[in-house]
Amino acid sequence: MSRRQRRTAWRILASSLLLLAAFAAERLLPRDLGTLPTLLLYLPAYLTAGYDVLLAAGRSILSGQVFDEHFLMAIATLGALSIGFLPGGGHEFAEAVFVMVFYQVGELFQSVAVSRSRRSIAALMDIKPETARVLRDGTEQEISPESVAVGETVLVRPGERIPLDGVILEGISDVSTVALTGESLPVSVREGDTVMGGSTNLSGLLMIRALRPFAESSASRILALMEHASAKKSKSERFITRFARYYTPAVVVAAILLAILPPLASGAFSAAFPVWLARALTFLVISCPCALVISVPLSFFGGLGGAARFGVLVKGADSLEMLAGVRTVVFDKTGTLTKGRLAVTRVVALRGDERELLALAASAEASSNHPVALALRDSLPAAVTPATELRELAGRGVIAKVAGEEIAVGNALLMEEAGVVFTPANEIGTVVYVAREGTYLGYILICDQIKESAEASVCALRHVGVTRTVMLTGDRKAVADAVARAVGIDTVHAELLPEEKLTAVEGMLAAHDGSRVAFVGDGMNDAPVLARADVGIAMGALGSDAAIEAADVVLTDDDPTKVARVIRHARRTLSIVRQNIVLALTVKGAVLILSAFGLLGAWQMPFAVFADVGVAVIAILNAMRALKA
Amino acid sequence: MRRVFRMEELECAHCAARMEEGIRKLKGVKEASVNFLTAKLTLDVEDDMFEKVLKEAERICRKIERHCRIVAES
Repeated sequence: MSRRQRRTAWRILASSLLLLAAFAAERLLPRDLGTLPTLLLYLPAYLTAGYDVLLAAGRSILSGQVFDEHFLMAIATLGALSIGFLPGGGHEFAEAVFVMVFYQVGELFQSVAVSRSRRSIAALMDIKPETARVLRDGTEQEISPESVAVGETVLVRPGERIPLDGVILEGISDVSTVALTGESLPVSVREGDTVMGGSTNLSGLLMIRALRPFAESSASRILALMEHASAKKSKSERFITRFARYYTPAVVVAAILLAILPPLASGAFSAAFPVWLARALTFLVISCPCALVISVPLSFFGGLGGAARFGVLVKGADSLEMLAGVRTVVFDKTGTLTKGRLAVTRVVALRGDERELLALAASAEASSNHPVALALRDSLPAAVTPATELRELAGRGVIAKVAGEEIAVGNALLMEEAGVVFTPANEIGTVVYVAREGTYLGYILICDQIKESAEASVCALRHVGVTRTVMLTGDRKAVADAVARAVGIDTVHAELLPEEKLTAVEGMLAAHDGSRVAFVGDGMNDAPVLARADVGIAMGALGSDAAIEAADVVLTDDDPTKVARVIRHARRTLSIVRQNIVLALTVKGAVLILSAFGLLGAWQMPFAVFADVGVAVIAILNAMRALKA
Repeated sequence: MRRVFRMEELECAHCAARMEEGIRKLKGVKEASVNFLTAKLTLDVEDDMFEKVLKEAERICRKIERHCRIVAES
């Protein structure tokens, strides 16, 4: 609690005691004191509880703001006190004072709840590394991460936060990215691996070469996205703010009418007036729209924070709202469902053994940087002896000398051109044929690997109510169909040019009404599609400016299961928002109607306070549930 | 020029919305937003008007919530 909150708490206690004392005195005294002395009895309690409200109300009148919360509260309680002086009005001083005390209790709760939510949100954003140790002129210097230049060597001790994105020069350690990606399992890293700024070094000393300046490192990007996100307003939030603008004046006007019209209609104005005035005053108590105005954006903010906890950055409350309506999810195959990295899946050797064939092909391709060459080398545990007299033939493959013999490694075209007799393999994926001195040896099948979690994530999408899953790819139809079958995708559009991907997604947008289309891409060359889809989800794209700019949702790692998770989370957040709107409107509406007809009796004022601040506190607590992922 | 300020003791959400509305209407303001949850005010103002706008914004905020102060972001 802050100092002001503590002071309010003491004031509430003091005024409650004064109220009790006054109440006891009134009951215990042998005879009726008369209206004015009784009021004086209650006045200390009233002023202790509400002097600040009265002062604030005075200031609002001077500045002409009649719909100010304090002003309305002051009128309501002062009105309740004055009823005792009206002819025919029974005095309800205790109730009036109680309402003021109760109001302060509610305000205090609300203020505490708000500062707690602010603190948990702040804790979430506490991923910013404070210092960096750089090696300059052979000595270690502790400086702010902002002043580290790209290429400098940074030292990170166990337990310290890695200040910026970098490559490990020296050291082996485990690194936790839980604050960035939500992944609680640490990752083992070693020389040559890249690490993200904002992750924590757990076990060993690391020497890192800075890859990006601090402002472009992962932690800074996440923070920038989160801060920016909270500024974008959702549709529900705009609705509520607009609603609030009319709600208060409407209730106040209704209160005035309620105080005047029914007594006039009854014919005996002065007899009926006190009763209707009391009812009208309860209207004023309920007229503050705070519960609504606060709980809707707070729920969304909790929702954004909750998503960030599991490593999904949603760029705004509006995007979260869109996500909740997603019924179609379109994947760009490479990099989302597949690893986007080729690997050897099968070796068919007609002559010699498979290992030999692989080694031969890898030797021939040893100095190439083609993805196929990388896949071949990756498949062998040891380094290969590089070939000599290497010739790379674009679009075909390579021909090289290994141990004095000419080896041809490449596609069918290369084999035909080299005059090799071979049987074309009918396989899904990239087929690499190998021939030695013109004799066909066999082939190697290389495929993009399907991610382990791909099937589970498509299945999870169905569980969260996604009715259609689509895959787009520039790859061949046969490969695309095989991947789709393996992971359970409904519709496949294969052999697409990048522009055609955009057209395909646009077609789906047009065909749908109300339900939203999400596009999941890895941020490579698909920025236009990310931007065009209702919800663009960029996967593992923290390093790419274009992807972050274009996407609505950024996954900090490349785990496709998070797509379903964030959709479910968005739906849950939206349902919390709806609960809060419904709760506030029904409680307020019910108390308004009931007190208009006098059905709440002597309790109408406390009920009204509850409908005001009580509901606000409940709504805030409910909103904070969205923070839990 | 665009600057971000922290708002101390910003307690009521509806007030924040009203402050935002008021500040937006000031002359020279290109964009203004009051974020209740992070308690931050983002002001985008014509360069030569900044001081004046800031003073006016402060006045508006105090009028709506007496304890509220606008402080420079550290």
